[in-house]
Amino acid sequence: MWNLLQFELFKTFKKPRTYIAFGAIAAIVFLIQIALLINGKEYVQFILSSVDETLVIPYAKITNGYWICFAILNLLLIHVPILVALVSGDIIAGEANAGTLRLLLTKPFSRTKLLLAKFFACIIYTLILLVWMAFLALFISVLLFGTNDLVVAKEFELVQIEKADVLWRYFAAFGFAAVALMVVAALSFFLSSISENSIGPIVATVSIIIVLTILSEMRIPIYDNTVKPYLFTTHMLGWKGFFYIDANANGQTIRGSVSNISALFKSLAVLVAYIIIFTGSAIYIFNRKDVLS
Amino acid sequence: MLTWSKPAHFSSVKNFSFLLLLFVLRSPVSFSQDANTLLEKVRDKLNLVNNYEADAVMKTDISFLKVPKANVKVYFKKPDKIKVRNEKGVSFVPKGAVSINLNSIISGNNFTVIDAGNTTLGGTQLRVLKLLPEDENSNVILSTIYIDEKKAVIIKAKTTTRDNGTFELDMDYGKYTQYGLPDNVVFTFNTRDYKVPKGVTFDYDNNTQKADAEKDKDKQGKVEITYSSYKINKGVSDEIFK
Repeated sequence: MWNLLQFELFKTFKKPRTYIAFGAIAAIVFLIQIALLINGKEYVQFILSSVDETLVIPYAKITNGYWICFAILNLLLIHVPILVALVSGDIIAGEANAGTLRLLLTKPFSRTKLLLAKFFACIIYTLILLVWMAFLALFISVLLFGTNDLVVAKEFELVQIEKADVLWRYFAAFGFAAVALMVVAALSFFLSSISENSIGPIVATVSIIIVLTILSEMRIPIYDNTVKPYLFTTHMLGWKGFFYIDANANGQTIRGSVSNISALFKSLAVLVAYIIIFTGSAIYIFNRKDVLS
Repeated sequence: MLTWSKPAHFSSVKNFSFLLLLFVLRSPVSFSQDANTLLEKVRDKLNLVNNYEADAVMKTDISFLKVPKANVKVYFKKPDKIKVRNEKGVSFVPKGAVSINLNSIISGNNFTVIDAGNTTLGGTQLRVLKLLPEDENSNVILSTIYIDEKKAVIIKAKTTTRDNGTFELDMDYGKYTQYGLPDNVVFTFNTRDYKVPKGVTFDYDNNTQKADAEKDKDKQGKVEITYSSYKINKGVSDEIFK
């Protein structure tokens, strides 16, 4: 199994397209960092314009490394699934398209083992991509902009988290985001297992995520209580839950607390269930599939 | 020998005349003068302080804001410069708290003082004065101050402005009463709606959003500043207020 995984990783990281995602993330993060370095104040002003007349807002202190990282993740984590699909959508269908899949299946491994090796290769790629994003978004931002309290703007609420209480939340959030991106990897992996060319699973994954994200974000009562709680895109935003802090009766935040943590665990459980369903379905279908290419 | 003894009702008439005299003397003019004297006493006390730098803890209670307690420094310089600074972290200070302070309320003589009698707050007898600005274009429409006459300090102040509604200051005094500086100030003010489009925030729905939106309907904000120490008249640089 380990040899098979190494082989799959070798194939994945030998393809130039694998590095497109790393380049794209670096480019987007640097562009956002430069933009916020120059126009960070205007961006915060835009977000907090409704309270600008009520409160004295310390713009310079708000635009610190932690805040920049949050802004980057907010903008980027919607697009990263597309980059994840680039590799996981290609991992089986790409071989079918190139005509190497049948040859691969002649090796003395079970189909399940082969698929699991491919799936773990996708997961490792996803995790490396996330670590790369974390390094650029968090550590480079902290190096460039320094640290201070983190201010998170929610739809109806402004949340301030003390500097010393922020870093662990980022690690937890990246851990949650890793599970969320694994769902995307599992979805495109599943689509890849039933396809003969790699473009189809990649485009299908992106389309599904766009449609479901719109359903998750729009406030339409008919979907809110029926479909929305079961969509994985609703729960993928759970990483933000680590930045929703509890407050006492007087509105003062409680250090180290997470607001409604049970909702986060529920989201995590839904995401893990999706990973199992997509991967299990891929293995089940592939084991019964007549591979002709 | 004829002796005249005072009829019993004579004493009553004398008392009545004395009361009438008192009533006449308690005309609005004398009331106003008395009020002005009292205000002058309070002002004299505040005038002892040219500047100060104070260490304090600030607690903010605004419906749409979840913030931690903050250790802040409060700087003041005559006539009415005031700055609340959080040296270590981020602090959201209500704009009114900066512009509306005791010195700005009672400084100058561009207002008419009306004595509104006495009231009791927290078991303390207080004198109520209403300050009406003479300038018709003044942002402040009316200030009502509640003065502890014995200590010559303002315990409560209500200021109604044209642009930002009504502000209230409630003060407790202790160690620095001789300078008219409070140990604790509660600043109550009106807040405006806070809302960011969901398309910008991409909030995660953890089932607390609806409760937050309901809470946001409370449009009163409170900031409590508890002072631990003052450095009085040691000098404060103008740079701090920029």
